[in-house]
Amino acid sequence: MRLHIKLFAILRQRASAPEVTLELPEGTTVAAMLAQLQTQHPGLLTDAPSIMVAVNMEYVGHDHAVRNGDEIALIPPVSGGDL
Amino acid sequence: MILLTRNPLDDIAITATVRDPRNGGVVTFLGVTRNQTDGRKVLHLEYEAYPDMAEKMLEQIALEVKSKWAMSECSIAHRFGRVEIGEVSLVVAVGSPHRAEAFAACAFVVDRIKENVPIWKKEFFADGETWVGMEGRHAKAT
Repeated sequence: MRLHIKLFAILRQRASAPEVTLELPEGTTVAAMLAQLQTQHPGLLTDAPSIMVAVNMEYVGHDHAVRNGDEIALIPPVSGGDL
Repeated sequence: MILLTRNPLDDIAITATVRDPRNGGVVTFLGVTRNQTDGRKVLHLEYEAYPDMAEKMLEQIALEVKSKWAMSECSIAHRFGRVEIGEVSLVVAVGSPHRAEAFAACAFVVDRIKENVPIWKKEFFADGETWVGMEGRHAKAT
């Protein structure tokens, strides 16, 4: 399956693109997806432990299986509101 | 009412959405862009959002308020795009029958927004720019 992964903020800036595309087998876990991303886009996830993943606009764990057609986004640390 | 917008926020109008004859206490929090961070002068800010998810999460937070504090009303508005110093970037308005719930619910909402709603802030300085949370300060992984 082909996954289009949305990027925001610092990740969008690093990739110079609002999304990246990966080709992965159906049912791939988030952990495997991130590993593939590291390989294909070295330097993008230099701070991987602080990056969260949202699937269909819900935060998921690294063991979550990704399905064809899922909306996937990488969420760097947020800074909503006034800090 | 939940609002994500590039336009200036009208905190009076947003507060009015939680005014109700049942509510004797109304608390409005304004997040205002600061002119300095750790002594460095901030020129302006930019907020970026994952709009669909941010709106959905803000809706959920407003619903949480209504379930935790019965009869409370909650409205949340957040700017994105460029925001000048001294402008309002966040408005949280809560109306409750009594003041204690209104204060507590408003603080709860602001904390929840900072925790994990996908909205990012970039500070622009004379000599560079920083995504808050990512490059030094406020880094938080949950």
